[in-house]
Amino acid sequence: MKNLLNKKNACWLLLIAGSYGLISLLISAGVVNNVYLTVLMTIGINIILAISLNLIIGVTGQFSLGHAGFMIIGAYCAGVAVKQISASLGGILTGMLIGIAISGLVALVVAIPTLRLRGDYLAIATLGFGEIIRIVILNMKITNGAAGMILPKLVDWRIIFAAVVICTVIIINFCRSAQGRACISVREDEIAAEAMGINTTKYKIMAFVLGAMIASVAGALYAGAFYVIKPEMFTFNKSIDILVLVVFGGMGSFTGSFIAAGVIGVLNTVLQQFSDIRMILYGLMLVGIMIFRPSGLLGTKEFTFSALFNRFSRRKEVRE
Amino acid sequence: MTVLKVSSLTKNFGGLAAVSNVNLEIEERELIGLIGPNGAGKTTLFNLLTGVYEPSEGKIELNVDGQMKSIGGLKPYVITGLGLARTFQNIRLFKNMTVLDNVKLAMNKSVRYSALAAVLRLPSYYREEQRILNEAMELLEVVGLAEKKQVLAKNLPYGQQRKLEIARALAAKPKILFLDEPAAGMNPQETTELTELIHQIKEQFNLTVVLIEHDMSLVMKICERIYVLDYGKCIAQGTPEAIKNNRRVIEAYLGED
Repeated sequence: MKNLLNKKNACWLLLIAGSYGLISLLISAGVVNNVYLTVLMTIGINIILAISLNLIIGVTGQFSLGHAGFMIIGAYCAGVAVKQISASLGGILTGMLIGIAISGLVALVVAIPTLRLRGDYLAIATLGFGEIIRIVILNMKITNGAAGMILPKLVDWRIIFAAVVICTVIIINFCRSAQGRACISVREDEIAAEAMGINTTKYKIMAFVLGAMIASVAGALYAGAFYVIKPEMFTFNKSIDILVLVVFGGMGSFTGSFIAAGVIGVLNTVLQQFSDIRMILYGLMLVGIMIFRPSGLLGTKEFTFSALFNRFSRRKEVRE
Repeated sequence: MTVLKVSSLTKNFGGLAAVSNVNLEIEERELIGLIGPNGAGKTTLFNLLTGVYEPSEGKIELNVDGQMKSIGGLKPYVITGLGLARTFQNIRLFKNMTVLDNVKLAMNKSVRYSALAAVLRLPSYYREEQRILNEAMELLEVVGLAEKKQVLAKNLPYGQQRKLEIARALAAKPKILFLDEPAAGMNPQETTELTELIHQIKEQFNLTVVLIEHDMSLVMKICERIYVLDYGKCIAQGTPEAIKNNRRVIEAYLGED
């Protein structure tokens, strides 16, 4: 317990509580209306998707293009649970747990053959698997096929906020452990990692499965927050959208994923008034970012309170 | 006691026998040199012994707890786990990891907490991380990189990168350490330091050391026994004195009269 009580964690807790307080305040003051709230919720879900894909692509270096496939598993598990078990928050959460289990299993089955592949081949294989999952759901009776499912709104922004915090803590804690170091070493140099006693396949699978499970959480939240889920929402294009967030923020930087999800969420809303040229402007901005910051907004840098404290104390030393 | 025994080991790449019919027998705590002209198959032999390549023919046996165990064709990480660690000719550090994390990574096999314990930050996580930190710092002290623990590996000067690779290999707790051209690209001052370092770690960690090296002054000074490879074949073996005067070795390096 005493390991957890320190200045850094207190600051993080304060930051989380502060953001929660700020959002509630803005909502009760009427500054954040329903439209803005929807944007905020989308950003929250996109953050979860981006950090989970970042774990696979940025940290472990495995180029996966099937992330929407795991999101759709989460969304439909939650949807089916709401229809079949109970139309309540409890139903969504039950569905979420089932979704986590199923997408974890599916990821394991996908990972064992595909993670032997590298680079482009892996991307193509995961792309194929993502589509297979979607088409299976498209053809199932319980999921209501192509018409999709219409669900009551059961998830509000507080649940999404909590989910963002929990998923982030899980992923960051994972990355700052022996297992996380092993994943990074796989990205850095697979041959050297093997020579240092790292079973690279095992850690690739571990990161892939964890990323998939967290993506399914985002799917379940989406189903509970936005009324309608249809298979056509989770095509290959959705995987690309998530990939854009990761690359835009910086592969390997979770802070970057947060910022990217926020910036792109706001950008999409602002650009909605230019309906015709929206995609052109959006595209131009992405091209601009890639020209001026080729490794993404933050590269692999992270925001940490310990780095901040170090900088302060160094400045003090210089002054003295 | 024999710790590593290689019998009639062969590796073919297409029609080329990069290593052919090589026999080695290495005793505990020996310091062995492996020399030969460029392209003689030294690194290929290392790659076979450490599992990067699978042998075409022949047998590699490692002493594991007093029993000879065949390790030919096992995965590199399994072989490392059995007590055999290496460095690379063209440095292969984890460039974007810190010096400390590079060493910690090699200790992964000894880490006694699960991914779940790490995510939930159970006491076992903190206990083990503290232990790894202490052990890693001890190793960094040995190679003189303790003060650079937070530097990214890619930002170290060349000579220190070589030393970090040695520290990282030691962190895997090997019984046999393979060094692939540890002095390549070093100046005489750095080479002298390296020679001392190799001696020191050999004593301190009770190691058997096998090294490939082109710097003959280093090889002749520290190796107890030398194997000479040429065109994939072992053409001579013996003490540095014997090798210096061996006709076939001189021919391999300088050509025939």
